[in-house]
Amino acid sequence: MNTNTKSGSPHTRARAVALAAGRGFVLALVILPGAVVCSTLSLVSISLIPIGVGLVTTPWVLTQVRAFADWRRVLAAEWGGVKIPSAYRPVPEDANPWTRTYVMLGDPATWRDLRWLQVDMTAGYLTALLPTVLLIYPLEGFAVAAGLWRPLSEYGGYWYGFVHVTDQASALGAGALAAVLLALVPLAPRLLAVHFRLTRAVLGASQGELAERVRVLTETRRDAVDTAAAELRRIERDLHDGAQARLVAMGMDLGTIEMLLDKDPAKARELLAQARRSSVEALAELRELVRGIHPPVLAERGLGDAVRALALRLPLATEVNVELDGRADAPVESAAYFAVSEVLTNAVKHSGADRIWVDLHHGEGMLRISVTDNGKGGAVIGAGSGLFGVERRLGTFDGVLAVSSPAGGPTMVTMEIPCALS
Amino acid sequence: MRVVLAEDLFLLRDGLVRLLEAHDFEIAAAVESGPELARALAELTPDVAVVDVRLPPTHTDEGLQCALRARRERPGLPVLVLSQHVEQLYARELLADGTGGVGYLLKDRVFDAEQFVDAVRRVAAGGTAMDPQVIQQLLTRRAADDRPLARLTPRELEVLELMAQGRSNAAIADRLVVTERAIAKHTSNIFAKLGLEVSDDDNRRVLAVLAYLDHGR
Repeated sequence: MNTNTKSGSPHTRARAVALAAGRGFVLALVILPGAVVCSTLSLVSISLIPIGVGLVTTPWVLTQVRAFADWRRVLAAEWGGVKIPSAYRPVPEDANPWTRTYVMLGDPATWRDLRWLQVDMTAGYLTALLPTVLLIYPLEGFAVAAGLWRPLSEYGGYWYGFVHVTDQASALGAGALAAVLLALVPLAPRLLAVHFRLTRAVLGASQGELAERVRVLTETRRDAVDTAAAELRRIERDLHDGAQARLVAMGMDLGTIEMLLDKDPAKARELLAQARRSSVEALAELRELVRGIHPPVLAERGLGDAVRALALRLPLATEVNVELDGRADAPVESAAYFAVSEVLTNAVKHSGADRIWVDLHHGEGMLRISVTDNGKGGAVIGAGSGLFGVERRLGTFDGVLAVSSPAGGPTMVTMEIPCALS
Repeated sequence: MRVVLAEDLFLLRDGLVRLLEAHDFEIAAAVESGPELARALAELTPDVAVVDVRLPPTHTDEGLQCALRARRERPGLPVLVLSQHVEQLYARELLADGTGGVGYLLKDRVFDAEQFVDAVRRVAAGGTAMDPQVIQQLLTRRAADDRPLARLTPRELEVLELMAQGRSNAAIADRLVVTERAIAKHTSNIFAKLGLEVSDDDNRRVLAVLAYLDHGR
């Protein structure tokens, strides 16, 4: 998605304006109910903590607020090119409600979220709506000038902007103001950018939170080390129980065959066939193991083709759209690949969809991946779900994951990982 | 029959040379890297090339790329690609130009010398040899979301699978231990059910099957 509107033909500019107005409108539609509901629920839930109910509801509500904020972070990056870092303290997966509430309320990011909701439902709402208004309000002005002023000004005049419309002359004045406003329309994309900058100003982590950032990094590093260690153990076990054992069996068979060769050629031939089968199976197991560690296509072709190859193996019609002009670092590629793989597996298993769209592109130092399906929706990031694991894994690379999955679908999972291509 | 062989692992290269020579192939060159392969293909005009996907110096898909380039310069140049793993993505790229004379097999298939040599001969003759694993993936995928395949009987599916690997009716009959006439009947049923034109060209037949399986992606 290109938000660069400074250059290009009138056609692309008109498109950019319409896009900005449309996006602003969509945002405004979502912001008001979203921010009001989130903010009200949070306040009610927090105030219910003393009587205990809040302990159960608060973590849930705050998680929703975070999801809402994360979704807006993704939109800000995709629609406005504004990066808003997110730095929530991780909540232990198996924590009890009290600890969860305690950790979440102790996180300065929570309070920043709540502050942001207030700004979002007022100034945020207005700035999001402005591009749309700028596009529609002039039309009203022209209608007023064309004759609409008659019915409108019947009872003591009508205000169009700061023009008081009482007769044809002042109506023409309104028309002139509309023309001036119309001339400002090309500013619509920049006005939308103002909205995103406002969001960043309130929602973005401040300088004082650098310490927090270090803490999050320490946490994700520990996650990464743990995952790597667990992975190594799994590989060791799989090799030991699988391929290695088969090769040993094969060696023993070959020994027996050597002995039987003259005595019982028929039996020897039978064992030979068995040894060959063992070798084929050992190879198949090793292949699977390699795929689990680092898929060969990923090594050979990079992320784009690896995801394409992955899509070919899915039982659902899957469209893959790749716009990457280079390759990311191997660890990032690998993390992104397994994240996509997990999300796709989820979609196939739980969504009930019959089509999936995967979109990969890179811009402004961000690898962005979205996986959309036309299923029944209702996916959540909650603890224990596959998406939670993906989120943690991406966290190691400062990546974020956002899920939009209203009941009834569709589900859209968006992932962003900061990285450079080479 | 003159073969150019590209494989970077010494043991495997040596084994392949011995295996092919034992079956009366002449090894025109046995090379171990992409650039050497490109040179050998351009200068030696072999009857068939047996190529490993992953070759030095990049150790990525250098071998496959090299083979595809050579086929662009000399359309129809028979190439049998061997790999430690098989991917539909690569199978598609090999089949894309529709000229036949391609094969794509898992390295394990070398274990069955007869079948492997048969595949090399088939590819050299302009036919195709697709790994059963590729075909299996395609069939499972299609079976999951497509109607026409559902109309095939299990036996017909079996025949289709062997057909898609590039085997002739005679070979399929041999494999399934039935008469060639029975297979001919199965194939015409399959073509009818899938709405494919009947053609006696083996290679076209496989391409048509694969194109059908590929259809609608």
